[in-house]
Amino acid sequence: MHVATSPSFKENAHRALADAGLQKALARSGPSFIARRTAAVAALPEFEQLRDIARDIKNHTLAHLDFYLEEWEAKVLAAGGKVHWCATADEARDAVLEICRSANARTVTKGKSMISEELDINDHLERHGITPVETDLGEYIIQLRHELPSHIIAPAFHLNKEDWEESFRKSHTDLPPDRVFRERHDILTEARAKLREKFLAADVGITGANFLIAETGSSVIVTNEGNGDLTQTLPRVHIVLASIEKIVPTIEDCTSLLRVLARSATGQDFSVYTTFSTGPRRPGDLDGPDEYHVVLVDNGRSAMLGTEFQEMLRCIRCAACMNHCPVYGVVGGHAYGWVYPGPMGAVLTPSLIGVNQAGHLPNASTFCGKCESVCPVKIPLPKLMRHWREREFERHLTPPVVRTNLALWGFFARRPALYRLVTRAAALTLGLLGRKRGRFHKLPFAGGWTGGRDLPAPEGDTFFARYAREQRSGRIR
Amino acid sequence: MLAAIRRSLRRGALPEDQAAMLRGRLAAHPRHLIPARSRLPHAEQVALFVANVEKEFGSVALVPDLDAVPEAVASYLAAQNLPTDLVMAPHPELQAIPWTTRPLLRLREGRAEASDLVSLQHAFAGIAETGTLMLPSAPQRPTTLNLLADTAIVLLRTSRLVGAYEEAWDLLRAELGDMPRNVMLVTGPSRSADIEQTLELGAHGPRRLHVVLVEDAA
Repeated sequence: MHVATSPSFKENAHRALADAGLQKALARSGPSFIARRTAAVAALPEFEQLRDIARDIKNHTLAHLDFYLEEWEAKVLAAGGKVHWCATADEARDAVLEICRSANARTVTKGKSMISEELDINDHLERHGITPVETDLGEYIIQLRHELPSHIIAPAFHLNKEDWEESFRKSHTDLPPDRVFRERHDILTEARAKLREKFLAADVGITGANFLIAETGSSVIVTNEGNGDLTQTLPRVHIVLASIEKIVPTIEDCTSLLRVLARSATGQDFSVYTTFSTGPRRPGDLDGPDEYHVVLVDNGRSAMLGTEFQEMLRCIRCAACMNHCPVYGVVGGHAYGWVYPGPMGAVLTPSLIGVNQAGHLPNASTFCGKCESVCPVKIPLPKLMRHWREREFERHLTPPVVRTNLALWGFFARRPALYRLVTRAAALTLGLLGRKRGRFHKLPFAGGWTGGRDLPAPEGDTFFARYAREQRSGRIR
Repeated sequence: MLAAIRRSLRRGALPEDQAAMLRGRLAAHPRHLIPARSRLPHAEQVALFVANVEKEFGSVALVPDLDAVPEAVASYLAAQNLPTDLVMAPHPELQAIPWTTRPLLRLREGRAEASDLVSLQHAFAGIAETGTLMLPSAPQRPTTLNLLADTAIVLLRTSRLVGAYEEAWDLLRAELGDMPRNVMLVTGPSRSADIEQTLELGAHGPRRLHVVLVEDAA
């Protein structure tokens, strides 16, 4: 089982900051994601309007979620598929195992699926004698290394070429140990050959779903590698793992969401393979699975409906929020300690594993608002993080030092004259002390802050004082 | 689970008049905003399609009619130094092509197997907006032909080329009725950026995607 290390986010983050390999990977990959999204968005003048449309489609669907799920189920059944309704993670794990057992499955190939990580399906299958094989290149190496993905669309975001080579040499022991990996392409070629055998041998293929379509009963996956398609086309049985909020009403609704998904995620106009699956093999078909199952998972989502966190259920898992997050950008995904990292993880994780476990995560934000500004379905992530902070405080889960300091700050904030006096004195002192270097590496009582970053020295006065001065001089009206 | 959803939404099952309205929306499947980039005269849509396929690392050969297809396929394979054995979709339009004019091409009809190096698929439609091929599964159009071979060649007629995805879906609804088992929208050859977030072509699907575009539009 994935043991959540979210409660020790602070320690995780400290470790991440000191991890040279991780820092190298983050510095290399972070800026490229941002640049590619920016270029893709700039090339589509209607992008902002499409974000509003995407948000509205999701809101409409969530408001009528029960209706659309029932319509969708009827279409799946009509196409010859089966739907397994699973309220909890345990039910979903058992449903997957049961389908695999009735297919006498020995090996199972898997397309990339975050819900599968959330349910920890691999562990469950292995413990019951079935071998799961991750086929997305990033997921494959994560599985070889027994790690969790560090990013929701780029699972191996934290790894460098050396790590790939090392893992492949250790795992592919049938190949010559002295083989040379000159380029990244050599790694890819070795993985392609290894996984081709697995695709052909698998009895069951498990994929996730980016969308479920009520109009047609289809499940939709989006990949660039083609691994998801091989996973759902070659084995006798196809299992789709999907959570309830993946549903959209029509193909047109799905199409509009697809227009913002790839651009927000990888900065592509469209992913290489966008595939709509509807039921099992039809009469006369030369390929395709004989059985088509959807394991439909709630696992805490219906409880988010009707609360301030309902908006989180619009998420289409593009990862733009973490790609643009200054905190994710320096600590990486593993520090968040569970399946979903970054801003979307900071909001979703407390909902799914509890605020006592993950109430910490919403504090790992500078509230710069970048995440919300790039979200293709306009989820107000900073607002939702603030809701969690309030809940954490109400439930007295906030550490005593923080509570004391907040109380102290509150004392001054309620006495404006005193507040201004104290802050002016502090700004003046720190301004004088830091005049030479412009920043502080260390400050008494502020080790928690300066341990990870420098504090810029104030210029000698407060914002309030300066504002009043400028107003008096007539420069501001 | 439905009960839990309704509890959270603080209501029971939808009243019949509301349900009927939503069923109407499903039946009408209204379009949303369609980007202006593909709203072009047909000849420019063809040009946009070609530009987009090439941008996504695919290639395109434009030929005047079906008779010219064997030559186009043979010369592409020769230029890429590829074998001349092909697995071809058993589609009547492909079967009607005069393949005997290029006797060196050895064709087998059916689904693709792991040993096939080159496949020839028939496209239902092309979408200019992003240079995307629509490949719905059918006995005449096996899905494995889109996936297993190292080199995927796809035949598309320009009369089947539309601007936006929505137009291709309307064609599919009008001509095929029910949703096929599998509909693949393919944009360029397989790729991965999982190693150091750097793009490499040829992950698990075809390493090359070549579109033979037959000019048959009026």
